Amino acid sequence: MSATGQAPIAAPRNPWRRRLLLLAPLGVAAGAGVGFLAMLRGMGTGSYNPRGVPSALIGKAPPDFALPPLEGADRPALSAADLRGAARPVLVNFFASWCMPCVIEHPQLMQLSRAGVPVFGIAYKDKPDDSQNFLRRHGNPYARLGVDQPGRVAIDWGLYGVPETYLIDKEGIIRWRWAGPLTEDTLRAELQPLLRRYA
Amino acid sequence: MIPELGHFVLALALALSLAQAAVGFIGAQRAEARLMAAAGPLAAGVLVAVGLAFGCLMWSYVVNDTTVANVVQNSHSAKPLLYKISGTWGNHEGSMVLWVLILALCGGAVAGFGGNLPSALQARVLAVLALVGAGFLGFILATSNPFDRVWPPPVDGQGLNPILQDPGLAFHPPLLYLGYVGFAVTYAFAVAALIEGRVDAAWGRWVRPWALAAWSLLTLGIALGSWWAYYELGWGGYWFWDPVENASLLPWLAGCALLHSAIVVEKREALKTWTVFLALLAFGMSLLGTFLVRSGVLNSVHAFANDPERGVVILALLAAFIGGGFALFAWRAASMTPTGIFAPLSREGALVMNNLLLCSIAAVVLVGTLYPMFADLLLSEKISVGPPFFNTATLPLAAPLIGAMAVGPLLPWKRARLFPAIQRLWWVALGALAAFLLCLALSGARIGPALGFAAAVWLIAGAAADIADRTALFSRPRAAWGRAKGLPRAAWGAAVGHAGLGVTVLGLAGMGIATDMLAALKPGETTRLAGYEFRLDAVRDVTGPNWTARRATVEIRRDGALVTVLEPDRRTFPVGRMTTTEAAIHTTVLSDLYVVLGEERDGAAILRLHHNPLAPWIWTGAAIMALGGGLSLSDRRMRVAAPAAKLAAPGMGKAAQA
Repeated sequence: MSATGQAPIAAPRNPWRRRLLLLAPLGVAAGAGVGFLAMLRGMGTGSYNPRGVPSALIGKAPPDFALPPLEGADRPALSAADLRGAARPVLVNFFASWCMPCVIEHPQLMQLSRAGVPVFGIAYKDKPDDSQNFLRRHGNPYARLGVDQPGRVAIDWGLYGVPETYLIDKEGIIRWRWAGPLTEDTLRAELQPLLRRYA
Repeated sequence: MIPELGHFVLALALALSLAQAAVGFIGAQRAEARLMAAAGPLAAGVLVAVGLAFGCLMWSYVVNDTTVANVVQNSHSAKPLLYKISGTWGNHEGSMVLWVLILALCGGAVAGFGGNLPSALQARVLAVLALVGAGFLGFILATSNPFDRVWPPPVDGQGLNPILQDPGLAFHPPLLYLGYVGFAVTYAFAVAALIEGRVDAAWGRWVRPWALAAWSLLTLGIALGSWWAYYELGWGGYWFWDPVENASLLPWLAGCALLHSAIVVEKREALKTWTVFLALLAFGMSLLGTFLVRSGVLNSVHAFANDPERGVVILALLAAFIGGGFALFAWRAASMTPTGIFAPLSREGALVMNNLLLCSIAAVVLVGTLYPMFADLLLSEKISVGPPFFNTATLPLAAPLIGAMAVGPLLPWKRARLFPAIQRLWWVALGALAAFLLCLALSGARIGPALGFAAAVWLIAGAAADIADRTALFSRPRAAWGRAKGLPRAAWGAAVGHAGLGVTVLGLAGMGIATDMLAALKPGETTRLAGYEFRLDAVRDVTGPNWTARRATVEIRRDGALVTVLEPDRRTFPVGRMTTTEAAIHTTVLSDLYVVLGEERDGAAILRLHHNPLAPWIWTGAAIMALGGGLSLSDRRMRVAAPAAKLAAPGMGKAAQA
């Protein structure tokens, strides 16, 4: 745009230069148009995704870890071994009682857990009492629960923020990562097809 | 039955639009008066048809017709009537129908009030508008039919996003669309001029009111959106450089440049190629925004549900209208030779500088908005370009723009000398310096806000100096009142518009010294912020029409005297399973006190408290800018699109507009 911006000040004497200048907007617009088309194509094939935050762990096994259980929650603790060789794909969900979007996604987690999908929870940088209260108030969808109060495991996983959810297939490989709350739309458009594919 | 009628009249409007385009182009090409005359009545027919279709859709929303898929997805019987009505355009399909309706209104206006245009120009403008309308009508009918039925009908709708249930947002999209679509008219004029290969003063006189109207409405629309974000999203911000916000800012910047350069075409018959380019650009930016928001290629909190298929169709429309316009520009613009010549230091020169700076700002915003998308596409890198980039990159460009805004209107046309202008501005500069030093002294050596206050004083006092100069207030004060009454409205409009930006800058500078804090308070406890004492009285449950909420009562005192009682809500909408925060705001002329209720823990409520000095002035300033546009629009010469001025050559003597 700055190239054409000089047009009004001094019209170039060379008519060819003027022609080129007049062609510039068309060229820029055409270039942008081709780019947009490629983005739209990429959205169809999955190579371009404006919403997804990529994870270096996709296609790999999760890092090794063993977390203590949440006292009084009546759920077994969570370690990397629990993610290997499950009978069906499992979800690992990082949450915290202080996180507002976690409340928004909670009904969806409850729904998944009712549907029989194993959901494993990791309470991230949260006081155990607060996590307890949170689960008592909103329900407990987690089949296993680990407490990551210092947030060390989260660093190994490359956590972007809470809530964040990972899908791990039967071979124990991370297949999908979702940063942000799981909404009804995410469930329908993203997670359900993946659960069917890796079932 | 009603939805089918709506669907039918939409198809009818498409047929009428195609006919309008055909008679317009063919009639103008063959100079057949009867064909050209048919374009006007056809435009009226399109307006009636689209108006009827929009009415049908609105009716479906008002009666909550759950056999219509669009209503099911976006409405609910428990919603208040206002939001049922605003739900008509609060979704992709309905907003497209509104878009086309406004375009049809513009077409009707060009047909109805354009009798004094050369008939070939009018016919071509109507034909271009009809082509744009036909493209979007085809898009609606092919991919986004708002009248699709569902059977069996669900018991009730799925509600509207509760965040969108708000009067500010109900009227934000229509205003924005009025602005976007207004630029379709200037675009049509530009294309018609390129086909004819001729741009003259009469053309400039026709383009400018449309650019002014579109720009003023866009200003209001953007301000309303920003105000909504400020009080509804609940974190006290007012502008986030979100891609969708940028998408509305881009046509605003291009339109702002356009309405200034159209003056030069009108008065001096110079800058013709450039003005035509800006007219194409302003509409191109409007369409680009439509594409970015609706195709889902970018990640934004505002984006509509994304759909790549839909995106391909919009991109095709974009290629046709923008690509076609620029191709015509490359082919024909060379034949347009400027007739007026001017020295760099002159009113024209100042307007060129204004154009270059506005376009540079637009370029920065455009690059910042598109760069992450293209980096992702080409380099597979995820980056986000945020406020730090936009602030640091636009401020150095905005500073000279603001500096020139006070000087430009004081320069005469053709050739000017800087010294007399500076002579008339010395007290303005002194005022700005005083504001700068005063702010530095009071706010503790913070350069940013201090510069903001200085810029605001410079703009407002500069506008006053402009009016004082025109009325000779200082040299011959007695007759000043009479001269002020005789001043063209356009001169008042320019001064008011420039002062409006000053008021907005004042608000921005005030927000630069805003303070906030997070407090966990139990009922009865107090905390202090910016000299105010906040006391939490109680938190209780309340029930609204379609939500339940926790509501806090916060008493605010200053020096022991009660200032106000604020009641922020945290609302839960069972239908959409969403929670929103309703900030409570106490506005005085000088500042906002802003309280948001967060979560509750161990009997204590988390409260976020903000003290925002001068915040309301940001949006007041935008309203003043739009008022300036309206004043300029009401100028006698504009109102009739200057049929008289077309006869009498525009003399230099009365060229007191800016």
